[in-house]
Amino acid sequence: MKFELTEEQTGFAEAITDLMRSADSVAVARSWAGGDTAPGVKLWGRLADLGLTALVAPEEDGGLGGTLVDLVVAFEVLGHELAVGPWIESAALSPQTSGEMVTAAAAPLAPYAADAQVARLLSGTAGAQHASIDSTRTLTEVTGGEAFGAEALDRAVLAAAAQLVGAGERVLADSVTYVKQRKQFGREIGSYQAIKHQLADVRIALDFARPLVFGAALGEVPVSAAKVYAADAAYLAARTGLQVHGAIGYTAEFDLSLWLNRIRALVTAWGTPAYHRGRVLEAITDQKQAG
Amino acid sequence: MDLTLSESELAFQAEVRSWLAANVPAEPLPSMDTEAGWALHQEWEAKLAAERLSVVSWPREVGGREASLIEWVIFEEEYYRAGAPGRVSQNGIFLLAPIIFDHGTPEQQARFLPSMATGEKIWAQAWSEPEAGSDLASIRSTAVRDDERGGWILNGQKTWSSRATYAHWGFGLFRSDPDSAKHAGLTYYLFPLDAEGITVRAIAQLDGEAGFAEIFFDDVFVPDADVLGAPGDGWRVAMSTAGNERGLSLRSPGRFCAAADRLVELWKLNGADAPQSRDAVVDAWIGAQAYRLFTWGTVTRLADGGEMGAAGSVNKVFWSELDIALHETGLDLLGADAELLETPWMDGYVFSLSGPIYAGTNEIQRNIIAERILGLPREPKGAAK
Repeated sequence: MKFELTEEQTGFAEAITDLMRSADSVAVARSWAGGDTAPGVKLWGRLADLGLTALVAPEEDGGLGGTLVDLVVAFEVLGHELAVGPWIESAALSPQTSGEMVTAAAAPLAPYAADAQVARLLSGTAGAQHASIDSTRTLTEVTGGEAFGAEALDRAVLAAAAQLVGAGERVLADSVTYVKQRKQFGREIGSYQAIKHQLADVRIALDFARPLVFGAALGEVPVSAAKVYAADAAYLAARTGLQVHGAIGYTAEFDLSLWLNRIRALVTAWGTPAYHRGRVLEAITDQKQAG
Repeated sequence: MDLTLSESELAFQAEVRSWLAANVPAEPLPSMDTEAGWALHQEWEAKLAAERLSVVSWPREVGGREASLIEWVIFEEEYYRAGAPGRVSQNGIFLLAPIIFDHGTPEQQARFLPSMATGEKIWAQAWSEPEAGSDLASIRSTAVRDDERGGWILNGQKTWSSRATYAHWGFGLFRSDPDSAKHAGLTYYLFPLDAEGITVRAIAQLDGEAGFAEIFFDDVFVPDADVLGAPGDGWRVAMSTAGNERGLSLRSPGRFCAAADRLVELWKLNGADAPQSRDAVVDAWIGAQAYRLFTWGTVTRLADGGEMGAAGSVNKVFWSELDIALHETGLDLLGADAELLETPWMDGYVFSLSGPIYAGTNEIQRNIIAERILGLPREPKGAAK
C-alpha cells in the first residue's frame, strides 16, 4: 500500500515545470490571449516532445502507456504553470501519439470546442466563435460529430480537476508571497489573523482535494467527486487570492488575473459542479442499492 | 502509487471483520457518560482486549499485536464500519499511552499500559484550567517539592476534563517552578482520581450528560514514581501529546466514512422530502472520502519515516468541520424528528460540536497552518489583546 508519487513521477513533474518556466509560459499565455499563437504552438511542440499528448495512449499504439496517475501529475503542473492550448482534448480526451493539437466539443460536459482556431477539430462542423472569461481559451460552437466514450470523458474530467488543483496551488503560493510583502498599518498584512485564517482555509481545501484527484485516478472514487472538490478548492483559492491582493489583483495587467480567469472557466468546463454532484449522488445511491 | 493491500493485510482485515460481525452489540450501548453506560463500555473494552483488538498497534507484552500503521487504519475502518461502540478508554490510549511509550520509565510502562489496554483503568486528561485553555502555557495549578516523602504536592483546579466523572486516573501539567518562564517549569504528573485531596465535580454537557468534569486539588501528594518525564520538562512532553490528538490517531477515517454511508442511506429514505439537502449529502460523502484518501497519504508518509508536524492541524480542522456537516445534514434530512434527543444523529451531532473546540481550537489550528505551513509572519506580541 503506497499513496505517494514515485521518483519518476516527481521527476516528470519537475521536467515539465522547468521546460515551461524556461519558456516563460506566462508571456506565452499573454501572446496567445492577444492572438499570436506562434510562441504557444512552439511550447506545445516541446511539451509534446516530452510525451505529454502520448502519455496515456497505449504502448501498442505508439503511446507511453502511462497511468491516470501520470496524467494527473502532468496536468497539475500544466495548471500551475498556466499552459495554453487544448491539452485536455489532445492528451486526455483523445491522446495524440503524433503530438498533434486537436480539439473537440463533448456536450454536455464541454459544449464548445476550445482553441479550434489553431487545433484540428476531431469531429463535427465548427460554427461561431466566442470569447471566454479566460482570454487564453477561444470557444467554438460545434454541430454534429461523434460522442466520446465514458472512459475518454472521465479522463478529460480528471485532467480538468488536476489542472484546477495546480492552478489553485499557484494562486495560493503567489498570495502567500504577496501578503508577506504588502504592509498596512505598519506591518505585513500576512501577520493579521483575518488574512491568515483565509489562506489557511485554502491550504486545507487544496490538501484534501488533491488526494481525491489521485484517488479518482486509482479508481477509488468517481472522477466527478474529484472535479467537485478540485473546483471548490481552486475557486476558494481564487476568491481568497483576489481578496488578499486587493485592487492590484483585480487588474488584467497583474499576472494573477490569468489564473483567476482560468479557474473560473474550468469550474464549469468539463461539467458544472451541479452536474458532477448529480453524478456522484447517482453513483453512491446506485452502489448502495447494488451492495 | 498503489492502494492494494498485501496478503497479510487482507488476512488481518478479514479476521477483524469477521470477529466484529460476530461480537459487536446488536443495540448501541447507552452513553458512556452515564453510570450504566460506563460499565457496559468497560465490559466491551475487556472483550476487545481478550482478542488483542483493543490496542492493535501496541507491543504484545502490554496487550497489543504489533500491528503496522496500515493495519491500524484497516482496524479502525472495520471498527466503525461495523458500528462498534465508542471507546471509553480513548483518552488514555491515544493521548497518554504514546507519551508513556516515549517518556515513561520501564516500571511505568509495565504498571500503567496493560490495565489501560484492558479498559480496567480509564484515564482522563487534566490539562485545561479556568484561565488556561488555548494558552495552555499559562496554567497556574502548582506542584511543590516534598523531599521528605519523595514526591510533590499538587494544588489548583483543572476543568473540561473529559470522562473524569467516572475515570480512575488523571494526567496533566502543573507548574513546578513558579519563577520560570511560561513554557519552562511545568511538570507532567499521573494521579489516581480517588487520591486524598482530589474532588471531582461533574459538568453536564450540551445534552445534559456528565461528559466532562472539574478536578480540584487540595494538597494532593504524588510520589516521584508518578512523574512522567523529567521534572520541568512537562511542556515538551505534553506537546508530543497534542500532536497525537490533533492528527491521525484520534480520528480515523472509518468513523466519517461510516457516518457518510449512513447519511446516504438516510437520503434514500428521506431525500425526496428534502431535495435542498442534496448538495450537502454529496459534499459530506466526498469529504469523508477525501479524509480517507488523505489519511492513506499520511500513513504512507509516516510509514516512510516522515513526521506529522503541523499537518496535524490541517487534519484537525478538516475532520472537525466535516463531522459537524455530516451530522447537520443528517438532522436536516430527519425533518421535525431531528429534535428528538434519542436519535443517533442528534447524539453524534452534539458530540461533533466539540470538535472545533477541543484539542486546540480551530482558530489556533489555523494560526499554526498559516505560520508553520504557509510561513506567514507571527502576530506581533500584544496585538491580540
